[in-house]
Amino acid sequence: MELELKGITKRFGSLVANDRIGLSVAPGQVHALLGENGAGKTTLMNVLYGLLQPDEGEILLDGKAVRFHSPKDAIAAGIGMVHQHFMLVPVFTVAENVTLGIEPVRPSGLLDRGKTRREVRELSHRYGLEVDPDALVEDLPVGIQQRVEIIKALVREATVLILDEPTAVLTPAETEDLFRIVRQLKEGGKSIVFISHKLKEVQAIADTITVLRRGTVVGERPPGTTEDELASLMVGRNVQLRVSKQPAKPGDAVLDVDGLVVTDQTGKAWVNGVSFQVRAGEILGVAGVQGNGQTELCEALMGLLPTASGQVTLGGRDLTHATPQQRLRAGVAYIPEDRQQDGLVGEFSVADNMVLDVYDRPPFASGINLRPAAIAANAAERVQEFDVRTPSAGAPVSTLSGGNQQKVILARELGREHKVLLASQPTRGLDVGSIEFVHRRIVEQRDKGLAVLIVSAELDEIYALADRIAVMYEGRITGFRPPTVPAEELGLLMAGAPGQDSGSPGAEPTPSAPTATPGAGQ
Amino acid sequence: MSDQAASPGPATSPGPATAGAKEEERGPDGSFGRALRDAILEGNTVTVTILAIFTAFVVGGLLNAFTNRTVLHAWASLFSAPGHAIATAWDTAVGAYVEMFEGSVFNPHTVAALFQQASFSTAVHDGYLSAVFSPLSETAVQATPLILAGLAVALPYQAGLFNIGAQSQLIGGMIVATFLGYGVSMPFFVHVVVCVIGGFAGGAALGWLVGELKARTGAHEVIVTIMLNYIMAYFLTYLLSFGYLMQAPATSNQITSPIAGNAHLPLLFGSHLRINAGFLIALACAAGVWWLLNRTTIGFEFRSIGKNPSAARVAGMNVERNWVLVMLIAGGLAGLSGATVIQGTDFTLNFQSYGTYGIDAITVALLGLGRPFGVVLAGLLFGALHAGAPLMQAATGTPVDMVEVLQAVIVLFVAAPPLIRTMYRLRAARAGGVGGVMSKGWNA
Repeated sequence: MELELKGITKRFGSLVANDRIGLSVAPGQVHALLGENGAGKTTLMNVLYGLLQPDEGEILLDGKAVRFHSPKDAIAAGIGMVHQHFMLVPVFTVAENVTLGIEPVRPSGLLDRGKTRREVRELSHRYGLEVDPDALVEDLPVGIQQRVEIIKALVREATVLILDEPTAVLTPAETEDLFRIVRQLKEGGKSIVFISHKLKEVQAIADTITVLRRGTVVGERPPGTTEDELASLMVGRNVQLRVSKQPAKPGDAVLDVDGLVVTDQTGKAWVNGVSFQVRAGEILGVAGVQGNGQTELCEALMGLLPTASGQVTLGGRDLTHATPQQRLRAGVAYIPEDRQQDGLVGEFSVADNMVLDVYDRPPFASGINLRPAAIAANAAERVQEFDVRTPSAGAPVSTLSGGNQQKVILARELGREHKVLLASQPTRGLDVGSIEFVHRRIVEQRDKGLAVLIVSAELDEIYALADRIAVMYEGRITGFRPPTVPAEELGLLMAGAPGQDSGSPGAEPTPSAPTATPGAGQ
Repeated sequence: MSDQAASPGPATSPGPATAGAKEEERGPDGSFGRALRDAILEGNTVTVTILAIFTAFVVGGLLNAFTNRTVLHAWASLFSAPGHAIATAWDTAVGAYVEMFEGSVFNPHTVAALFQQASFSTAVHDGYLSAVFSPLSETAVQATPLILAGLAVALPYQAGLFNIGAQSQLIGGMIVATFLGYGVSMPFFVHVVVCVIGGFAGGAALGWLVGELKARTGAHEVIVTIMLNYIMAYFLTYLLSFGYLMQAPATSNQITSPIAGNAHLPLLFGSHLRINAGFLIALACAAGVWWLLNRTTIGFEFRSIGKNPSAARVAGMNVERNWVLVMLIAGGLAGLSGATVIQGTDFTLNFQSYGTYGIDAITVALLGLGRPFGVVLAGLLFGALHAGAPLMQAATGTPVDMVEVLQAVIVLFVAAPPLIRTMYRLRAARAGGVGGVMSKGWNA
């Protein structure tokens, strides 16, 4: 089936989310939609999936104009969507999830479970999906859950599959598996729309790349196009993908974490005996697939989760059981993973958010009296310094773009006196331009002689920033590596393969990583 | 339509230079008229609230007209005298509101009487001047406890807590204020102050209990406060049931002895008007709450925690300690509310002195959009309804329960912004609405 979008325009108030977008996907092709957050990719796909009605333009299937009033129409026309966040019932089996809403019934009126199971097995076999129809979804790893979503679409006889940021939650190995499946689907004659903001992936999988910027199509390129060209198209100007940085000149250990254990209420150890040091003037990057304890590690370091055992010291001061406020005062600058949830009060102004953790200290307060003039002056200065694009310092921070919100947090945290910068997923969801800005600021901190700890699920980010890489898997550090380590090796460590510790010899006083097998050397 | 909207801008502007500058300020498509129209048409919370009140009065009027016996008789002869039926309905509905207005704001008859007096000084002496201001005085008296109790709901709301327990805290304040009022003997001014502070403390203790339970055990404040309302109501009955506790000697009624004259809140404008210092306390508390919320580090913490507790925690704020503090202050405000009732108008405490203040407080806070000055306005509106109701009943036979109906209908409309927006064809403003505002308390 040939799918064509013609002149699709979608407005939200005065904002034009999609401006006369044209796109055609041939059968047996992978068509990538590349664009920054807010470029209009998701809006376009929601139009295609019947969740939104276009203001102008039409959707053509095999040359015939169709209108989708709801996802039901889209599904009936053979369009399937795999959302970024899975729509699965965890306590149901794969087969039950797949048939939910279209349950086959026997003449007696009872569910025909056997039919579904056969169907799942058959599809699984045909496209190499390897999914057991009787497994409970909650027991499956994320990568397999995604395949269940794909099967869901296939069972509904989808010929066009939309994959919305499918790799965001996958390990490098899982991503490879996904690509293999996508290729098999393609050979089976399915059309794939692959939405992403990751250049490398798009280059690897797409037959055609359409780049979106600010709601319009700015170009269509073959997969052979260079990364730089694609990035420039996406952003609209030349960007520097690599942060230029000098080799690190590490000093003394500033942050010392020893045998940290963090458990939840059920006693499950999310962080299980993690030890590392971050030295002044170096960036330690913690790599790992999401959900392997990195979030809990950061929260425990900030005092947001109780430390079950182990010790945390900052510049010789024991902070193991300190409150978040004590840690902030002791010199921890913190960029939380989820900036809207943990970093900002959305309804507060930019100015108030810039003093969110120093509002009660001079010059912003005297006694219990706030000093609005000082808060406003601080905001004016920082907005300038960090190039925050906001209508005014009084505007609610929730009205800013993700990149500018992150700049507000950076301005606040770096504006305080601090010894260590703790940044969790510092560029998640940001556009290329903002990523460049954030990375530059982080390297700047290192060059000033501060200790920096970066936690990121993006390997590119780890490579770009880290002077030393620690890999986390299931609450443990599976190894320390220099930034020259090949991605395959990191991938193995991220999947839990016990690696040999090959930290750069001499300069690497690797603290006893609990699970790392003592080196057999290389 | 767009032509009309665009043309007045350049046409009425004084000169091209200033017009250009102004035009820039308002953005590309804005004449002043258009901006004003947008402000009115956009269904923001203030517009919706005002329209909700208006709609409630219309609905109340219809309800009144169609439950009135005279009107129903007139409708019976609708086809022989249609004009009569409609006129009667109109007269009944409007008549009730006119009386309510005269009872709560301003009564022209009293002014006429004032000017018939021989001299101004005798008029003042005989109370004719006071009569002119009597409706306003009554409104202020009725509004005083509503404002204070409304603040007791609005303040914790700003910190993300839903205080249903204004009633229990108010009873706590009443008990302490009354006991200090009749149980001890002190000079005039000191006694007033001691009783008022006692009232605050009595309420604050109950508020503190709620905050402490939530902070330590996670007990939801809604459940705890609802239960405390029952506990305090029955505790009050218990106190008033035994002579050796707080029951007045030599009576079988559940009532205390009257408080000492020294503990009465001073009247503001002489003995003819009931308005007393309690009203000033209420206004001062509203201003104080505004200051606390907007100008202090404590308020900054309250608001941060109310809007986003996890970000507040990350920023180093102690969320639990703030819960305790905000409930303590809120309880104190509700306790003050109780003290002003005892020391300002009632002077004794009986088993139902708390009336419906605690529940009305939620309505007042809701209608006041959870903001201190909104609470003052909402308190004055409800105070006026209560003040005007007796005259309305006396003059038109409309039952005072009409006030309860009006209150309920106002809340109904305020809680359903989409309904009001649809009725008046307003555009939806940015998220929210008051209904969303209050229900958020449940998720805290």
